[in-house]
Parts: sequence; C-alpha cells; structure tokens
Amino acid sequence: MTRSGRFLLWSGIVALCAWVLVPIYLIGVGAFGGRAAAFRWPKGILPVNTSLDQILVFLRIEGVANAAMNSLIAAGLTMLFSLLLGAPAGYALARFSFRGADAFRLMVLLTRAFPLAILALPLTVIFIKTGLYDTPLGVSLVHTALALPFATLVTAGLFQGIPREFEEAAWVFGCTRFQAIRKVVLPLALPGLAASAVFAFVISWNEVFAASVLTVRERTLTAYLLTVLSESPIHYRFAGGFILIVPSIVFIFAVRRYLFALWGVTSR
Amino acid sequence: MNQRILPYLLVAPAVVFLGAFFIVPLVQTIVLSFDGGGTGNALGNYSRMVNDLNFGVSLRNTFMLVLVVVPLQLAMALAMGMMLQKIERGREMVLWIWTIPLGVSDLAAGLVWLALLQNTGYINSALFHLGLLDGPTPWLNSETPVTLFAAIVLAEVWRATAVVLIVIVAGLQTIPKEFGEAAEIFGAKPWRKFTRITLPLLKPSIQSALILRTVLAFEVFAAVYALGGRNFPVLVGEAYTWQNENQNYGVAAAYAVLIMVISLAATLVWLKALRTNPETQA
Amino acid sequence: MAGIVIDRIEKTFGTAKALDAVSLTVADGEFVALLGPSGCGKTTLLRIIAGLESRSGGRVLIGDRDVSDLRPADRGLAMVFQNYAVFPHMTVFENVAFGLRTKNAPEEKVRRNVMRAAELLHIEPYLERYPAKLSGGQRQRVAVARALAVEPAVLLMDEPLSNLDALLRLEMRADLKRVLQEAGTTTVYVTHDQTEAMGLADRIAVMHSGRIVQCDTPMTVYAAPATTFVGGFVGSPPMNFVPIRNEDGRARLDGFEATAPGTGELLLGFRGEDVRIDAPERGLSFAVAVAEPMGSHVLLTGTIADKLVRVVAPTGIRVAAGERIGIVPDPERVVWMSPETGAALPRIIS
Repeated sequence: MTRSGRFLLWSGIVALCAWVLVPIYLIGVGAFGGRAAAFRWPKGILPVNTSLDQILVFLRIEGVANAAMNSLIAAGLTMLFSLLLGAPAGYALARFSFRGADAFRLMVLLTRAFPLAILALPLTVIFIKTGLYDTPLGVSLVHTALALPFATLVTAGLFQGIPREFEEAAWVFGCTRFQAIRKVVLPLALPGLAASAVFAFVISWNEVFAASVLTVRERTLTAYLLTVLSESPIHYRFAGGFILIVPSIVFIFAVRRYLFALWGVTSR
Repeated sequence: MNQRILPYLLVAPAVVFLGAFFIVPLVQTIVLSFDGGGTGNALGNYSRMVNDLNFGVSLRNTFMLVLVVVPLQLAMALAMGMMLQKIERGREMVLWIWTIPLGVSDLAAGLVWLALLQNTGYINSALFHLGLLDGPTPWLNSETPVTLFAAIVLAEVWRATAVVLIVIVAGLQTIPKEFGEAAEIFGAKPWRKFTRITLPLLKPSIQSALILRTVLAFEVFAAVYALGGRNFPVLVGEAYTWQNENQNYGVAAAYAVLIMVISLAATLVWLKALRTNPETQA
Repeated sequence: MAGIVIDRIEKTFGTAKALDAVSLTVADGEFVALLGPSGCGKTTLLRIIAGLESRSGGRVLIGDRDVSDLRPADRGLAMVFQNYAVFPHMTVFENVAFGLRTKNAPEEKVRRNVMRAAELLHIEPYLERYPAKLSGGQRQRVAVARALAVEPAVLLMDEPLSNLDALLRLEMRADLKRVLQEAGTTTVYVTHDQTEAMGLADRIAVMHSGRIVQCDTPMTVYAAPATTFVGGFVGSPPMNFVPIRNEDGRARLDGFEATAPGTGELLLGFRGEDVRIDAPERGLSFAVAVAEPMGSHVLLTGTIADKLVRVVAPTGIRVAAGERIGIVPDPERVVWMSPETGAALPRIIS
C-alpha cells in the first residue's frame, strides 16, 4: 500500500472510531454536567463543572433506584433462565443426531424472523391473572424468549468446539455421562458460557418495549425512562441514557473475544 | 440413562419455554387481532387501525426509515469490514471500538443523539462556532420533519451498524486469502476484486445480516421516542400507544400482526433475492 | 489381564452394513492390529469393543465376561485416541491420574502408578505442565501413559501415531513396542499403515468392507496373502498380480513356466523383491516404463501382459524406459489366486 493510501485508510478508521466514541463522551459530559451544562450556550467540547453529584441527584429521584434494581433483577433472571434452558438444548444439538433436531433448530432460527418483543402484548392478560404482571420475573420470562435462541445456538457451537473424544476418553476412564460433563466439558466451556450469559444480560437490560408493556409501577430502567421521557428535564435524560450505556459497554468489553461466536455462529 | 431419550429430555425445557412464550403469544396475538373489538366484525380491529389518523403516517415513516437505514448500515459495515482486512496492528482495538454500540439500547442511542442535536446541543454549538447559526435552533419538532428524520437515521445507523459489521467480518474471515491473491496475480484491480470475489462469497453473510437488521429495523421505537416524542409516529409506537394508553388490546394486536407480516415478508424477500447455491460457496 | 472374544459383531448404518458378523479372538497379552483402508470398519469395531458405539448384533467378551451391554467405564479397558484427547484444562499429572481418580484410588496408588507410567513414557519432566505447552509427540506419550496408569486388562488404540510427523512416528513406534512389551497388556491397535501393523503386532487382522479377510502373523500375511486385496494392501510396493494360463498343471507366460494349482485362467502373485532380472526372452516379458533409483535399490515400474507391475532391482542395474527385460519370480515365493474370487489357491508342494 502506498503512503497516501495508508494515510487515507487510517484517517477513515480514526474518523469511524470518533463517530462511535464522541457521542458517548458527550452524553457523559451531559450526564455529569447537570442542569447548568445542559442549557449552556454555546457548548464547548470540554466538560464544565462536572461532578458525580449530578448522577447521584438523578439516582435519588423517586423511582430511579427501584427501576435500576428491577432492571438488574430482570436481567439477572434472564441470564439464569436462558443458560439453564439453552445450554442443555445446545448440548443436545451438538452431541446427538436425533429425529426432530432439524425441526428444533429451525424453530429456534425462526424466532428471528419475528418481532419477539411485540409478542408481549397478549401476555399482559395472562400475566395479570397469574400475578406475573408488573414483576421483574414476568419481564425476565419475555426477555428469556428473546435470549434463549441465542443461548441455544451459541452453546451448541461452543460444545461442538469441544472434541467429542474428550468426553469419550472420560467415559473410558470411568466417568458417567454426567460426570464427564462436569469434569471435562463444563470447565472447557465455561468462558463461552459466561459470555453467552453476559449477552443474555445485555439483551434484557436494553429491552424497552416488552418491559414497558408488562410493568406499571415496578418499571425497569428502560421502561421508566421511556414513560417519564416527555416530562423530565433534559439533563435527567442524559443521566438516564448514560447509566443505561455504561454496564453494556463494560459487558461488551468483557465478551469481546466471543462476539463472533455470539453473532457469527448464529448468523449462519 | 437411555441414549435415545436423553436428547429429547435436554431440549424439552427449551421447547416448552419457546412454546409458551413464542408460539402461544403468537397465536394469541393473531386471535386477539380478529376479535372484532366489540364491533361484531372480525376485521373490526383492523379497520380501526387503518382508519386511525396516525396509521398511514406511521406505516410510511417506518418503511422510509428501514429503506434508508438498512442499506446505509450494510454499506458502512462493508466499508468497515474491508478496512479491518487491511490492517494488522490495532485490529482488535479498532474492532472493539466499532462494536461498542452493540451493547447500547435503542433508547440510550436516542438519548445520546438528543444530547448532540437538541436546541442547545453540541451540533448547534459547533455550527454556531462556525458562524452558520445565530443561536439555539430546534431540529427535532414537528415543524422540522426532515431533520427529525435525519436525526433518527443517525441514531439508528450509529447504534445498529455494529451488528451488521460483526456478521460481515465473520463472513470475511471464512473467505480464504488465496482467492484475493489469485485475483491480484491475474491483474484484478481492488474494486473489481471486491465486486467479483469478495461480494459473491460474502452473499450468505450479507443475507443473514440483512434479515437480522430488517426485522429489528421494523421494530424501531424507543430511539424515535427519545428524539422526537410523538412527532414521528412509527408502527411499534402506535402498538404501544394503543396498548398502554388507549388500553385497546385488539388494535394493538392488529398492529403487532401487521408488523409480523411485514417482518416475515422482508425475511422471505431477502431469502429469495440473495439465494445462494451451496455448491458455489467456499 | 484378559483376552478378548469378538463374537459375530454386526453394525448397520441404515441399510449399509459397516460390520458383517465379525469374529476375532485376541489372546491374553497378545497385540493384534486391525489393518485396513479407511471405511473398512476397523475403527467402528474398536469403538464397539470400547462401548462407545452401539452394535446391531453379536457379543463382546473381555476375560470371559460378556461386556456387550456395559458402559465403557465398566469394561475394564483403557483407550488411546487418534487426536490424543488429552484434557487441556488439567496438568499432565492430572491427565495421567484421571482414570485412577475417577475410580477413587488411594492417593498413594495414584502417585505410584502415575510415576511409573510417566517413567515408562519418559514424560516425568512435564508432569506439572499443561498440555497446550507440549508437542504432538509429547501429548501422545501423555495419552499412552494415562491409559497404562489404570493397569487396564485391555488396551485399545485408535490410529495413535497417525497425527505425528514421519520421524516422530518412527521413534514413537519403537517406544510403543518396548513399553507394551514391558506392560504385557492385551492390545487391539487400529491402523491403516501396514508398516506400523507389521512392526508392532503379534497378529494382523486385515479388514475390508466390514469383514476380517485374513488374520495371521505379519510374516504370513505378507508372504501368503489370503486374497488379492491383502496382497495389494500389505507391503510396499504392493504384490504384483499377472494373469496366466495353466494347462496340465504347468502355468506358462512368455518365457516363464511354473507348477501351478487348478486349471485354466489364474493370477500369478509375486512380491517385487522376490524376482531375478534376466534376458528379455527368459522369464516374464517386462516393458520398463519408469526406473526410479531409491538409493538401496532401483524401483522399476512397467507392464507385464498389460498389467502394471513394480519390481525391485539392485542398484547399478542399467535399464532405460522403453526397454524390455525378463523377470523371473522365485517359484518358492509365488502365490496363486483365482481371478474370479480373488482368493488364494492352495500351494502345491512340488
């Protein structure tokens, strides 16, 4: 590549990095700047009178802490459910050829052609009857439906990547199937399983529609922000947006090695 | 344990769960949408939906958004993927930065761009410093539909290009380097190499990226609300309003069915338009 | 210690017969190689012995005990896998100790057996390392040590050397022979490499299309193949087969003549090294196509009666492509085959 070509390439790369990072930086400045910063005119690129207090003020608004807690619970449960349901199914897809395996795989793939969150609409009625309405548990069930197809296909890929011979060796040397899974398969699959768990967490944490439809008082953070959006001052919106973004970025950083397993495998 | 039933025991919980939270609500939504909404006419909900003031606007808005956003994202992701192919040092870092928006919700993305585009926001400030504006200027209300639309496009492209990028990069990794090198030896210029070698071999990845993105793009909602409130009606927003504010589940279900039909149709279009012969793939 | 009896084992995949009533008896302490091309069913047979694959019929006995329906863990055997299957998340020590630990052996015994196996395979320096840091050959040693550490009644090996490079394979082959002789374990060894089978085994069971076509000592399999398939598969270069006509007990072709069994059309089989080179009018008329000097000998490729034939000539022979020479197979070492069945005809002791 020529010098000028190389310069052009890196200019493009840096510009695209800025395109991603600068808006996040700016909402951060907005979130920590409080009311004064939000209405300052004209704004400079550097932060002014930022302090942690502004975020704390936001967190002390009635309902915010509770909503954040609900989001954490719902996301934690989603993580748990999608792994508990998805990993065994993924193992079955990876290790057995059985009648119906293709049908199951198709059903899992098919979920992607549907706007799953919108299917929360009719669940409202059942959830009201069963007491699941307006609970983080109810929200997490719908979110598990969103995350389960990913968890299943990702873990299937994960288990496929662990040679069958490892398990067979364990059987030959005295293990039952369950022992072989515990002693050999799980330790090897652990990082990948953790990555898909984190991914399920992020799916739930970010979901807006179903969470808004299925809750009224016990809002998740996204549902809460959506409902108070029109009446809340603009710097609170920035603070809310920033708090939504931070855990996601940390999580995506944690699973960056597995991004391709999470999207690449499931994209075929 | 019996080897024959073990796989069924393992998939059973997932099947039951997907049955309960995917198939059942799917059927319920369809049934609910045809319950007539008290009019005695099975299509009552649909006629209420179609005759609603916002229906035409939200349908048009949603389609416009998808038609602008999805091709833009594909083009950007392809360009980014090709750039990544060209670099070695710093590749991991660049890829991570470019995929950060994967973890950002549509609501947060809307709020991020609100910070930039509001009356006293950073973009206006920058334009003011450049002498292009006299003072705070609104872009996101009902009097400025074009800039509001552009803002939503920006937010969506910013947030969801990363998904396309991941699928494209994964696809690029499966194309052996030798193909491109062979093309170069036979004198193919970069653009020709891209259109004749890379794109055709990337077709399955492009297809799945488009399916993924199109279905999600028709669900666009929170980013729109964060930026423009009710000034820019979209289909999912209407479903939300009918459900939560008008408490009319029937019409909301009709909207849901409409969105589903559109999503499925889009999936079928991509499946057909980008069909690949498995024998011609590497 | 125990022998193995394989009794009419069948395996069908759909309608395809992978194993067709295969029977084989392996004596206590014996080393038997299952030799055959890929797809012949040798690995399937081994995995059925191990209990890793279900069978469609027949029985497997280990030490007079019918183990057909037992789990692999309960069959009292150990196995070495083609890709080693050394657990990457355990140290070499823990890998070797794995079988003993699952059987809850006392710590003292674990330590003793692991050390003995490690010593036998020369892997003591790596015991605390993780397998990722080891070379292919070292991992293979760990896999063998892991199998020997449990003091199995029966040891199964599935192409254990095929993933090693040529030099390492030679070295490992010699080591395996030494180690297994010392251990004296009954061994079934699957391979597609006839030199491995020849070098290691007490007996070779040659498999073809789901059957054992011959089971005998390496020298017998080499010198007196039961079928043309065995003759062609065992030995390098493969045995030559030339169509020849037998009238009145004497088979004649070109200037060659020998006493032969049967009548009519026969196949004359001879090894490339069991020949004398002579003048063109004496012996079989051989049209040389290629002469390849190999250092220790010259490999001649050509045709006899339009059949491809390879023979070994001493270094220094002067032949050029296109030339004709006479080939005289050693009558003591030729074999006679039926062209219809491909099976060997009884030798005539003249």
